[in-house]
Amino acid sequence: MDILTTHNIEKKFANHVALDNVSISIPENSIYGLLGPNGAGKTTLIRIINRITAPDKGEVLLNGKPLQPEDVNLIGYLPEERGLYKKMKVGEQALYLAQLKGLSKKESLKRLKMWFEKFEIQAWWDKKVEELSKGMAQKIQFVTTILHEPQLLIFDEPFSGFDPINANMLKQEILELKKKGSTIIFSTHNMGSVEELCDHITLINNSKNILEGQIDNIRKEYKSNIYEIAFNGETDKLASSLNPNYEIIEKIKVDGYNAVKVQIHKQTNENELLSLILPKVEIISFKEVIPSMNDIFIKVVNENKN
Amino acid sequence: MNKIKLIISREYLTRVKKKSFLVMTLLGPILFAAMMIVPAWLASREDTEVRNIAVVDSSGIFINRIEDTEYIKFEYLQNKSIDEVRKEFPESEYYAVLQILPSITYEPSAVHLFSNTQPSFSIKSHIANSMEKELRNQKLRANGIDENVLKSIKSDVSIRTIQWTDDGEEKESSTEVNMAIGYASGFLIYFFIFLFGAQVMRGVIEEKTNRIVEIIISSARPFQLMMGKIVGIALVGLTQFLLWIVLTFIILTGVKTAFFPELGTQNAQDIVKQEVVVQDLFGQENIPQVETIQPQNFDKFSSILNAAKSIDYGVLFGSFIFFFLGGYLLYGSLFAAIGAAVDNETDTQQFMLPITIPLILGIVVMMNVVQNPDSPIAFWFSIIPFTSPIVMMVRIPFGVPYWELALSMGLLVITFIGSVWLAGKIYRTGILMYGKKTSYKELWKWLRYKS
Repeated sequence: MDILTTHNIEKKFANHVALDNVSISIPENSIYGLLGPNGAGKTTLIRIINRITAPDKGEVLLNGKPLQPEDVNLIGYLPEERGLYKKMKVGEQALYLAQLKGLSKKESLKRLKMWFEKFEIQAWWDKKVEELSKGMAQKIQFVTTILHEPQLLIFDEPFSGFDPINANMLKQEILELKKKGSTIIFSTHNMGSVEELCDHITLINNSKNILEGQIDNIRKEYKSNIYEIAFNGETDKLASSLNPNYEIIEKIKVDGYNAVKVQIHKQTNENELLSLILPKVEIISFKEVIPSMNDIFIKVVNENKN
Repeated sequence: MNKIKLIISREYLTRVKKKSFLVMTLLGPILFAAMMIVPAWLASREDTEVRNIAVVDSSGIFINRIEDTEYIKFEYLQNKSIDEVRKEFPESEYYAVLQILPSITYEPSAVHLFSNTQPSFSIKSHIANSMEKELRNQKLRANGIDENVLKSIKSDVSIRTIQWTDDGEEKESSTEVNMAIGYASGFLIYFFIFLFGAQVMRGVIEEKTNRIVEIIISSARPFQLMMGKIVGIALVGLTQFLLWIVLTFIILTGVKTAFFPELGTQNAQDIVKQEVVVQDLFGQENIPQVETIQPQNFDKFSSILNAAKSIDYGVLFGSFIFFFLGGYLLYGSLFAAIGAAVDNETDTQQFMLPITIPLILGIVVMMNVVQNPDSPIAFWFSIIPFTSPIVMMVRIPFGVPYWELALSMGLLVITFIGSVWLAGKIYRTGILMYGKKTSYKELWKWLRYKS
């Protein structure tokens, strides 16, 4: 079941088209990566989902029903450009933001206490935001985003501004939220974290949705019969054993061993390759190279340009 | 609806809790009270030092003719030249030396007052008045006119203005009191619109530059955020206004009972006597005339009191609140739109001009309206919504026909609804726009975006 679907969303601004016929469907309880170069239209799509702006055409369905004004309480949003009232105290501000999302004051206070204890930041409660570092403020923003336990969470570049320790903590929290049943939309340029966290992705480029699906399927789809072989022995010796069906495209080192990346041309398979090289060198490892999301991203975006 | 309440209370509480609000709230009434008390206090501290003034009268006309007062005594030094007096002056106890030349009868400037300090204005005017009177009397006598005849034909006119109200009653009014109240209310409205309108603008810019705005409008609609801010700040303004009134009243009564206990029990006669003393100080009237002046003075004073009483303070206060809120909503929403259209306060100038001009025009017209509250200019500027909050407030103490008041109020309401609607459209688009310098053309485009 899809928690959120958009049908043929179109949004034009004065001088350019921000979104052109974008349809996505986000499965329930998944982590959904929203990828794309700068200016592709991701933020506009996120704002439409948040009802911050309205699309010119198309519709957004939440739980199968058109998005209603009250539905914003079911969504938690951490924008890319985020801030807090500098002169307000941390606790007061967190309470205010929680109540704006429809929580009662009592309930907000209870949950905030819990989270402040969990992150060990109780001492910040009476501090003004301007006294906090950027990273500290980010933590507060994260807490206020998830406090009302929304069905759908939208994080726009959540890791920017976090040190590795806090970024890792955030990652754990996101996985934890998924375990508890939330669905997470995750917009980022950091492909490493996409591979690590996302189940599904969609790639938006030039206001169009150009690639969508389960991340494992996409990566399989983009693999191009390249194998990486690490071995003990001479690279030349290995090379001499290959026939024209196989081509060494890169010579590398893996953990101090010689290694090559071999492209297999059609009508053969990896077992044949293995049997050819087996007598010549001592094989340490043999694996198929599955393209990284980074490679796929660059490849698809560049293809699309031409 | 709950969300807008939350926003209003945040906007209100954060501002009311600020130190600057407390300072303004306390300082305002102290300044008001000081403005009323200090002159009274100064007047009550009369100069009690007795000053002797040596008179060297070479004309001989004024010997023993310049009146002594309680604190100014004159000593006539005959047979001494001004040079001798000058030599002795440092050792003498004279405050000043008055030299009168023989040419005084035809040359007004033939009088010199020498002193080692600057003689006070009251001394100077007392001498001048006494001498003028003496000269006049002598000339009258020389022409054979009796002084008493002259006194008996001296006339004084003071006009009491009385309005016949529509319900057939008589109402005593005073143009001066109406002018004062009109000025004060007009200025206060102008001041409040600017002060709190600018606060709205700064609040919007703050949210925009803080980048908290996107978090909030993912929870509440932009219109709720804008209206919440405008209403919250309006409540701050009303709170401040009411506190000012209450505190000014408390301070005034406190100071009055502490320092001027006699004022509380003063009856009309006392007031009249005080009036006379004040006049005496300036030397405009002399003592023998006090008896004849008294009833007339009493009349003047009581008519001011009556006029001040005759103003319908309920209507005045009610319309002040209405025109403050109406004018503030009209301008405050425009200020909010400007705040949303720019990235920082320095960029606001180009948009501020069209807002500032009608407000300043209102103040300029106000000067004219105070003189002539029923002129066509007064009428039109008190009907046109952009200036009506200021100009109508000036007219109200003079009495305004109900239909004009209703028309002005109605138009103001329609206009502020329109301006709030317009501002909402600009605001909605503007708060999410960064880094681009906004032009009027751009604003026009934003107005036409679909919501």
